[in-house]
Amino acid sequence: MASPRTLFDKIWQNHLVATQEDGTCLIYIDLHLVHEVTSPQAFEGLRAAGRGLRRPDKTLAVADHNVPTINRTGRIENDESRIQIETLEKNVKDFGVPYYGIDDIRQGIVHIIGPEQGLTQPGMTVVCGDSHTATHGAFGGLAFGIGTSEVEHVMATQTLIQRPAKNMRVTVNGKPPLGTTAKDFILAIIGKVGTAGGTGHVIEFAGEAIRDLSMEGRMTVCNMAIEAGARAGMVAPDETTYEYLKGRPHAPKGAAWEAALTYWKTLPSDDGAAYDKEIVLDAAEIIPFVTWGTSPQDALPITGVVPDPASISDEGVRAAVERSIEYMDLKAGQKLTDIKVDIVFVGSCTNGRIEDIRAAAAVAKGRKVADGVRALIVPGSGLVKEPAEQEGLDQILLDAGFEWREPGCSMCLAMNDDKLRPGERSASTSNRNFEGRQGPGGRTHLVSPAMAAAAAITGHLADVRDFLT
Amino acid sequence: MKKFEAFTGVAAPMPAQNIDTDKIIPARFLKTIQRAGLGKSVFNDQRYNDDGSEKAGFVLNQDAYRKSEILVVGDNFGCGSSREHAPWALTDYGIKTIIGTDFADIFFNNSFKNGMLLIKLPKEIVDELMDDAQKGANARLTVDLETQEITRPNGEVVRFDVDPFRKHCLLNGLDDIGLTMEKRSDIDSFEGKDGQSRPWAPSIAAE
Repeated sequence: MASPRTLFDKIWQNHLVATQEDGTCLIYIDLHLVHEVTSPQAFEGLRAAGRGLRRPDKTLAVADHNVPTINRTGRIENDESRIQIETLEKNVKDFGVPYYGIDDIRQGIVHIIGPEQGLTQPGMTVVCGDSHTATHGAFGGLAFGIGTSEVEHVMATQTLIQRPAKNMRVTVNGKPPLGTTAKDFILAIIGKVGTAGGTGHVIEFAGEAIRDLSMEGRMTVCNMAIEAGARAGMVAPDETTYEYLKGRPHAPKGAAWEAALTYWKTLPSDDGAAYDKEIVLDAAEIIPFVTWGTSPQDALPITGVVPDPASISDEGVRAAVERSIEYMDLKAGQKLTDIKVDIVFVGSCTNGRIEDIRAAAAVAKGRKVADGVRALIVPGSGLVKEPAEQEGLDQILLDAGFEWREPGCSMCLAMNDDKLRPGERSASTSNRNFEGRQGPGGRTHLVSPAMAAAAAITGHLADVRDFLT
Repeated sequence: MKKFEAFTGVAAPMPAQNIDTDKIIPARFLKTIQRAGLGKSVFNDQRYNDDGSEKAGFVLNQDAYRKSEILVVGDNFGCGSSREHAPWALTDYGIKTIIGTDFADIFFNNSFKNGMLLIKLPKEIVDELMDDAQKGANARLTVDLETQEITRPNGEVVRFDVDPFRKHCLLNGLDDIGLTMEKRSDIDSFEGKDGQSRPWAPSIAAE
């Protein structure tokens, strides 16, 4: 009998085109998502070599990183941003690549629109020139970020040269307490394993607490697998996955749906499959988390305090903590709930889906954003924004003093007009709190959407559980 | 791609852990549609003040390190974003080799695809090379990929491992796409079989 295999092993073997003697593999790519920042040099490379796309029908392009989130009808004022978007528009035309334009309701953050359209399905290989491609693994596929040379390689050949990753399983058992969300799970996991804990591995997230998550929640968890060093995160497909997919524009229909379902059900890891690394957490012990420093691993429960470098024995770690405290302008021992914020950002490929906006609106309802705080809500796509408006969430948030924006990457990475000014501090639902990530000199605290809304209302990092009782 | 040839160069020490790709090249410099020209912005926020003047404390701003061709780095260098602008900026500056205990996966891949050699070594050896690097221009390292050896300023030789396929591509300046194109019949037959076993796989029409 064949030895038990993991979800990753199965997908890998199902996509092997060729294997070299030294173990280097050529794997087939089912879906290639393209955006304006990491593709221009790849298209240019194709042009220079006289090559085209092997499978434009397995490729979808969208502009998201540079797009403005207000006043979308006019010309984009920043020359470089405009040129990058115009370049993408020219390239998709020249090379016959499917594209959702800025005025298309389906436009949005590349990792939000793939699942929304039913393009991301179990058992698929999905790549994009963006590290948060890991998001798509929530459907039980193998999805990872690639560089621009690899973008060009996929365009020309629909394959990638890779070596198999190792298997890592992160199990979250039990039921979480009130106020704990998928974002808190992943921050707790990164806090435990560190930003290099998953290097060389693909992480399969498992356990009751993961199974109980919606697809939106699973996407939030897988999205930040890269922040734990893993190129890909994945969750085995189940009824929640199929329920989400059924009826979406690119999901299989009729007899094809039944055939696909039969195949998808063969994918979950076999009993007894071996993992190179295992981590287990108890959901009951995870309360809402925030980051205090400049690495996603600087994550602590909201009831905690800023760490004291003097208590750290490892010289390298101590130096990093000192540097983070200085950059973040904090004090050792300071209560996290005493940290005041200037800006609140709800959005990004991590937390820009409908469930995230509902969570923020639930906390904001009937309350007001604190004086001196600016709070932005940026839906991840046109198809997140529309139902949110139909549900009246925009009005609840506007009434509370939040800004309601157009879809895009927005303040996650300071490539558009939404950014922190030097010294400004944010509570942000995005994925990276690196120095300068949200703007030069900006300071970022990563939180869940509900925690972000609580920070907006109180004007400081706050425990959302105080709003839920 | 240019062939990777043995060279002797100055190594700059960057001992901090988790130097991320946003630090190597902040996102606002990603608006270019070209590969070249990013070297002047590499490590921008640590390297320059707001008025564009140099920060004296930053290693590459010190005379001994301005012509560095090697970086000796702390753990998990290159974590974060997949932006290939990070290796583009480093190679454009003149960096040919980076030595550390481990690197983030995507950055590691991207670097080799741009002709840059990344060398993983045990912590105690990286520490010794970091000490060499602290000596600046007086302590050059020689990197020879063919023999997989680094020669330290004291003449001691450090062996390193490298994936044979990556080594072959680097030494011969090979373009991955060209190599894969030679396997076109394998891709054709995969697509033929796969089209039958997963006929539902999504296909998107251009509009």
